[in-house]
Amino acid sequence: MEEVIRLENVKKYYEVRRGFLGSQSLKALDGVSLNIKKKETLAVVGESGCGKSTLGRVSLRLLDATDGRVFFKGQDITMLSEKELRDKSFRKKMQIVFQDPYSSLNPFMRIGNIISEPLEIHGYAREETREAVLKALEDVKLVPPEDFLNRYPHELSGGQRQRVNIARALVLGPEYIVADEPVSMIDASSRAEILLLLKSIRDSREMGVMYITHDIATARYVSEKIAVMYMGEVAETGPSSSVLRNPIHPYTILLLNSVPEPNPANRRTRRLVIKGEPPSPINPPSGCKFHTRCPIATERCRTERPSLVEYAPGQLVACHRAEEVIKGSVTVA
Amino acid sequence: MSREEALRVEDLKVYYMTEKGYVRAVDEVSFNLSKGESLAIVGESGSGKSTLGMTLIRALPKNASIVSGRAYIFGDEILSISLQDFRRKFSWRLISMVFQGAMNSLNPVLKVGDQVAEPLIYSGGLPKEEARRRATETIETVGLPREFYNRYPHELSGGMKQRIVIAMALVMNPQILILDEPTSALDVTIQAQIINLIKDLIDKLGLSVIFITHDLALASDIADRIMVMYGGQIMELGSTDRVLGEGPKHPYTEKLLSSIPRLRGEGMPDFIPGRPPDLSSPPPGCRFHPRCPYVFDRCMKEEPPLFNINSTHLVKCWLRGD
Ligand SMILES: Nc1ncnc2c1ncn2[C@@H]1O[C@H](COP(=O)(O)OP(=O)(O)OP(=O)(O)O)[C@@H](O)[C@H]1O
Ligand SMILES: Nc1ncnc2c1ncn2[C@@H]1O[C@H](COP(=O)(O)OP(=O)(O)OP(=O)(O)O)[C@@H](O)[C@H]1O
Ligand code: SF4
Ligand SMILES: [Mg+2]
Ligand SMILES: [Mg+2]
Repeated sequence: MEEVIRLENVKKYYEVRRGFLGSQSLKALDGVSLNIKKKETLAVVGESGCGKSTLGRVSLRLLDATDGRVFFKGQDITMLSEKELRDKSFRKKMQIVFQDPYSSLNPFMRIGNIISEPLEIHGYAREETREAVLKALEDVKLVPPEDFLNRYPHELSGGQRQRVNIARALVLGPEYIVADEPVSMIDASSRAEILLLLKSIRDSREMGVMYITHDIATARYVSEKIAVMYMGEVAETGPSSSVLRNPIHPYTILLLNSVPEPNPANRRTRRLVIKGEPPSPINPPSGCKFHTRCPIATERCRTERPSLVEYAPGQLVACHRAEEVIKGSVTVA
Repeated sequence: MSREEALRVEDLKVYYMTEKGYVRAVDEVSFNLSKGESLAIVGESGSGKSTLGMTLIRALPKNASIVSGRAYIFGDEILSISLQDFRRKFSWRLISMVFQGAMNSLNPVLKVGDQVAEPLIYSGGLPKEEARRRATETIETVGLPREFYNRYPHELSGGMKQRIVIAMALVMNPQILILDEPTSALDVTIQAQIINLIKDLIDKLGLSVIFITHDLALASDIADRIMVMYGGQIMELGSTDRVLGEGPKHPYTEKLLSSIPRLRGEGMPDFIPGRPPDLSSPPPGCRFHPRCPYVFDRCMKEEPPLFNINSTHLVKCWLRGD
């Protein structure tokens, strides 16, 4: 299948002011490579602040990478100006769906206008606009579309608003979508519906999707691949089924352990947790960034940065002790 | 074994007055809580969970009114007494609540320790030094180093702030603690730490806990019993072993359970089509009927009572009784 997005060794450093210390750089992304094909979803998971949104935005060229390359369908778009991005239609073909279905929609605009706005900005004709809007509403199952065109956001439920957000991202016919926590603010009882919808639209419109989420348990339902991030780096990546069934990186193993499952036996035990919190990204730990919280860290982990190595088909892990974890000669949890 | 009763709620109705009329946020809710027991209140957004919690600490907004019902804390009625009496005898020292989103409403210009000490001074009348000492102890009880007393909210992570608001609720040694979505804004890794802390506190302090959450999986982590609310009403109430072990007996609980994404196992997570009812004009009959996969005639016309399917398991559904 055709590749839609490729990132090569992407870095993103933010300059942050630290009072009298002057400014320091915060490595939000520190050498990330990935690719997403047509009809494929990559789930990007990890704790708050690990760089997920930054990654999504860099891949859309909404943020400039400090280093590394961004390719859209094989073309290097890293250095293109905003004007070039627009003139060559890259902007239309790459869209984002935001997390918050409440504040991301203008409360004073009707649903129809909210969805048609991007088309108007890109100078579409009236008839074309109407057709695209109706099609987008149908795709997100806000049907019959005529019933929704004239409504205001406050007349819709959270789930319906999120569909409007998705419809808005779809009208320009994108080939790549970044969905940044698209269901985290929606009731649990509606999340699966939205995620499955997103997946079926992805297939019918043949898009590539980056699905950014805190909720690793949802990843396997909608994504073929997973990238687990820790402090701006990919700790483990591979086919979703392998990463979830046979996690190798200690961080992935412990992250999966933190996810609650509905089981009455839970309350008689204590969950095995990752101790502490991610350290300051301004002063990241040396060597493996996870070593300060890793239960099996050794001296080598404190000094030498592990690189991503393939341990199973398509499954890459950045951990010095991966071999031992696989053999079972050391256990994490 | 029957344990001492810490809290009893009888036929509680709490309505909000709005432009659209009355919003029946809590409608005919009755339950009890034993000493040392933990009860999870589970339900979707808008089901009335926070309203119920705020009623029990007498902190309802002005447009809310308690239409009927009683609540007893260790046998004493608390809804009919004056607010002054309630504050003097019950607030903080017998019952306290960690509000939904409380960690984001800490005062940014006050040291967190002074905020923990506040109830001791204003409600407990303790001298500053003594309050400071007790607050420091409580900060340690929730797993933070004592030096954290002098920190400001912006110097703390989300998990640390959550520990501080829990400390605030605990500082006057209440018997009953209500936690309203204490982990929903946190990463799962930090959530797991806070859940372990709450378990430790329940064991160590013998607290009775009401744990409000929209997450049935999380409820199973803490609760001895689970109370499922929908549209302001109790749909199912029973021990965690029964409700989750043997399986839910109410269609809503069943659907809620199958909506949870799982790490293992076959199949896709389910979802509940439609949306929760508008509580200013709830549907007739069973409030869940417009979304229920098993709906039949009677459900649309008659509201089912809470059927006793065994002495400790209640289900409000026509499939379970007649
Ligand atoms: N504009 C900015 N200026 C400075 N630092 C920033 C900026 N945006 C993000 N950061 C920092 O970069 C790091 C990565 O942030 P990012 O928002 O990408 O994380 P995230 O994984 O999306 O987190 P969350 O799950 O909370 O959304 C964080 O340490 C964050 O504080
Ligand atoms: N101050 C208010 N005025 C009017 N209606 C209100 C007010 N507060 C809550 N409501 C309504 O009362 C009902 C119950 O709300 P409540 O906040 O108790 O639900 P909840 O179960 O805690 O929801 P969530 O999971 O979103 O916190 C909802 O329909 C809500 O819109
Ligand atoms: S490299 Fe070392 S510290 Fe990092 S995850 Fe592996 S064992 Fe742990
Ligand atoms: Mg983000
Ligand atoms: Mg609430």
